[in-house]
Amino acid sequence: MMKKLSPVIEWFTLLFCTGTVLSFLVVILYDLVVKGWSTLSWRFITALPTQGMTRGGILPAITGTITLTLVTALVAVPLGIGCAVYLNEYAPDNWMTRLIRGSIRNLSGVPSIIYGLFGLALFVQGMGMGTSMIAAGLTLGLLSLPYIISTTEEALRRIPASTREAALGIGATQFESIRDVVLPSALPGILTGVVLTLSRAAGETAPILFTGVAFYITGSSGFLNQEFMALPYHLYMLSTQHQSIEEVRPLAYGTALVLIIVVFLLNLTAFYIRYKHSNND
Amino acid sequence: MKLAARERLDKLVKLVFRTTGLLVIMILGGILVMLLWNTFAFFLHVKPVDFVTGTQWNPVGHKARYGMLPLLVSTALVTLGAMAIAIPLGIGTAAFISEYAGKKLRNILKPLIEMLAAVPSVAIGFLGIVIVGPGIASITNQANGLNALNGAILLAIMALPTIITVTEDALQALPQTYREASYGVGASRWQTVRKVVIPAAAPGIIAAVMLGAGRAIGETMTVLMATGNASAFPKGFFHSVRTITATIAIEMGEVPYQTTHYYALFAIAAVLFLITLLVNLAGEYFVNRYRKYQVA
Amino acid sequence: MTEDVAIMIKEKTKLSAAGVNLWFGNKHVLKNVGVSFSEKKVTALIGPSGCGKSTLLRCFNRMHDLAPDVRIEGKLALEKQDLYDRAISVTQVRKRIGMVFQKANPFPKSIYENINYGLKINDVPAGERQGIIENALKESFLWDEVKDDLKKPATRLSGGQQQRLCIARTVALRPEVILMDEPCSALDPISTSKVEELIEKLREQYTIVIVTHNMQQAQRVADSTIFMYLGEVVEAGNTSDIFNNPQKELTANYVRGHFG
Ligand SMILES: Nc1ncnc2c1ncn2[C@@H]1O[C@H](COP(=O)(O)OP(=O)(O)OP(=O)(O)O)[C@@H](O)[C@H]1O
Ligand SMILES: [Mg+2]
Repeated sequence: MMKKLSPVIEWFTLLFCTGTVLSFLVVILYDLVVKGWSTLSWRFITALPTQGMTRGGILPAITGTITLTLVTALVAVPLGIGCAVYLNEYAPDNWMTRLIRGSIRNLSGVPSIIYGLFGLALFVQGMGMGTSMIAAGLTLGLLSLPYIISTTEEALRRIPASTREAALGIGATQFESIRDVVLPSALPGILTGVVLTLSRAAGETAPILFTGVAFYITGSSGFLNQEFMALPYHLYMLSTQHQSIEEVRPLAYGTALVLIIVVFLLNLTAFYIRYKHSNND
Repeated sequence: MKLAARERLDKLVKLVFRTTGLLVIMILGGILVMLLWNTFAFFLHVKPVDFVTGTQWNPVGHKARYGMLPLLVSTALVTLGAMAIAIPLGIGTAAFISEYAGKKLRNILKPLIEMLAAVPSVAIGFLGIVIVGPGIASITNQANGLNALNGAILLAIMALPTIITVTEDALQALPQTYREASYGVGASRWQTVRKVVIPAAAPGIIAAVMLGAGRAIGETMTVLMATGNASAFPKGFFHSVRTITATIAIEMGEVPYQTTHYYALFAIAAVLFLITLLVNLAGEYFVNRYRKYQVA
Repeated sequence: MTEDVAIMIKEKTKLSAAGVNLWFGNKHVLKNVGVSFSEKKVTALIGPSGCGKSTLLRCFNRMHDLAPDVRIEGKLALEKQDLYDRAISVTQVRKRIGMVFQKANPFPKSIYENINYGLKINDVPAGERQGIIENALKESFLWDEVKDDLKKPATRLSGGQQQRLCIARTVALRPEVILMDEPCSALDPISTSKVEELIEKLREQYTIVIVTHNMQQAQRVADSTIFMYLGEVVEAGNTSDIFNNPQKELTANYVRGHFG
């Protein structure tokens, strides 16, 4: 009797595990969509907050997050791709390079709050930028660098040596071979990594806590030397620090929903690039 | 372009790339230097013994205390709790995806796991406040459910995608011959999974657990929002705790520049850095172990 | 004897290696190699797999430059020019000494771009390129197969077509020397005979070195043949001498198909 039943039980055990994990995702999405949907309106995403954040929209938080992500990209993408190209195409393949590569890989496991501390010490205080968009963007840029370097290097490593030799063999300089052959071939992989990294950066809170984000700013945000609002921090404040938490709960749900949508859109973009590329070859 | 110009450009670009590379490496190395420097400054003010063995963290009290044990225990508590939840669920899910699910189902499940990984930590923290917290509160009859258990559940959710992905990767890396051999001697699929597949993939699974734990230890926003942040010495899963990350997040905003308290936060950050580094290095070591088997 | 002298006077050495040693890490792959290739002649390089033919070929267009852990000693020269002279331009060397690789490696671009790219970077005026590309494709007997489809990605071509595209890419640049590393290993007999026909045509203008495992092919196309074994040059000379009257036991065994 037991013998016959046990495969079924076993199968259900594993199915239960998978179901539980998926239920987390379902609960998160269901709860946010159901409760956030009623808040979500054109006004909510295009209006300024009013009456001590209990009314109005979250426009400055949205534009703040978008600007911040752009600044992050401006910092991390050129530096990250440049560093990866250096490591993979130019650096001698010795223990030093391997050590650096290993360290960079491990830096992507460093808690984000530590980047926040570093940003505070170096950019905000050390370099006197104060709490500002630029300080926060630089901090998030540093956080993103290891990911971009690692994914770019991985994409470059997938380009076989024979492809580089083909270019060199007809008299291309090394730079021409990288610019015209290596980078274009690696582009889908690099882009996927960049977009995924930016989606992570857009949702980060800890690194911007002390480097520039603010709960409320008067006037429009957008200047690099000023404090700014951001979606993740807005959600944090609305759900934990506001003086009338229950009253602003719908706003918190709305903010959470917008944040999730922004992050998922970026993720979908990355999946799309990856999918399109995997179909091409 | 003429040859000479092309070659000059080539040399110039090489220089630019090398400068960029070395610059980035220097900046990232700077993080380490900054941590060590400020930690060193901290130990000029506070004895290392008091820091390591002190059971009180109270930097703003009448007599400031910098004992990091309560923070360390808090972090350990939520991380271990999270692992207790995430390890069985994660391995079970990975085994299901890798060994039971068909190709179609796998192609649906894997993106879903990636979606779960993409949810920002602050959104998961929010869920801790609006769903998990009230749930725990109603079961335990507490005022709110903001405690170590809540944090552990949320961290489990955050660590699960890592654990599942790495485990699944390790299971897939096993040569098919292992399974065929096992079926060959008449073992059932479950027996094969439990007695052959999972033991053979052990290094990969350990790596998965390590990398998942590394993620959980360093998480800030979820624990900040869901564990209540009481600075007393942690008493258990149903009590409020305050992890290393939450402490930094709470106190850094208010502390004056270059005071003992300021340095103290860098010191606990250095401890956090060290722990995650060791955990991640261990994870990487085991990843390399199973990669080696894969090649052999 | 008098005949030999006559040949030596008539033939001008285009490409040469003297006392070349090469190591991959600790592995001594080329051992005191000395060879010379005459101008506007076809030389076949034969020898068992792993004896260092590709490695030697790649020394001439400095393909080992980028690889870590490679050490080269000795003198390699194009006419009088030392190929490893510090002052010399590697780019220029590689343009003058073209190479067709053992494994077809078209760029992940269109067929047209595969040839156009080399012309573009080497400053060939835009107006002339179209004609050169067409001509190169015709020379390598690919034109009829691809003329309606020049925008197609080169990676979609068959292995043999890819190899012929790589040949076209090289001849389009009109190098002085063409190094061919087993250009026919992926080709069917018809394409092979087309490539041989192409070599026949190219020999009028170019110095050609061809690595091949096909003894008949070596005899068909090559004026001289060099036999290598375990990183050393065993014997070099007229193709007919190497195949019909080898001086060394090893050579005799190899060309008669006793090993390799
Ligand atoms: N990048 C490398 N690193 C280390 N060893 C190498 C490398 N490339 C080639 N070798 C070794 O050098 C020797 C010569 O290789 P090479 O490719 O020149 O042989 P080959 O004569 O062209 O053989 P085949 O006819 O199979 O193409 C071989 O033993 C090979 O294993
Ligand atoms: Mg070869």
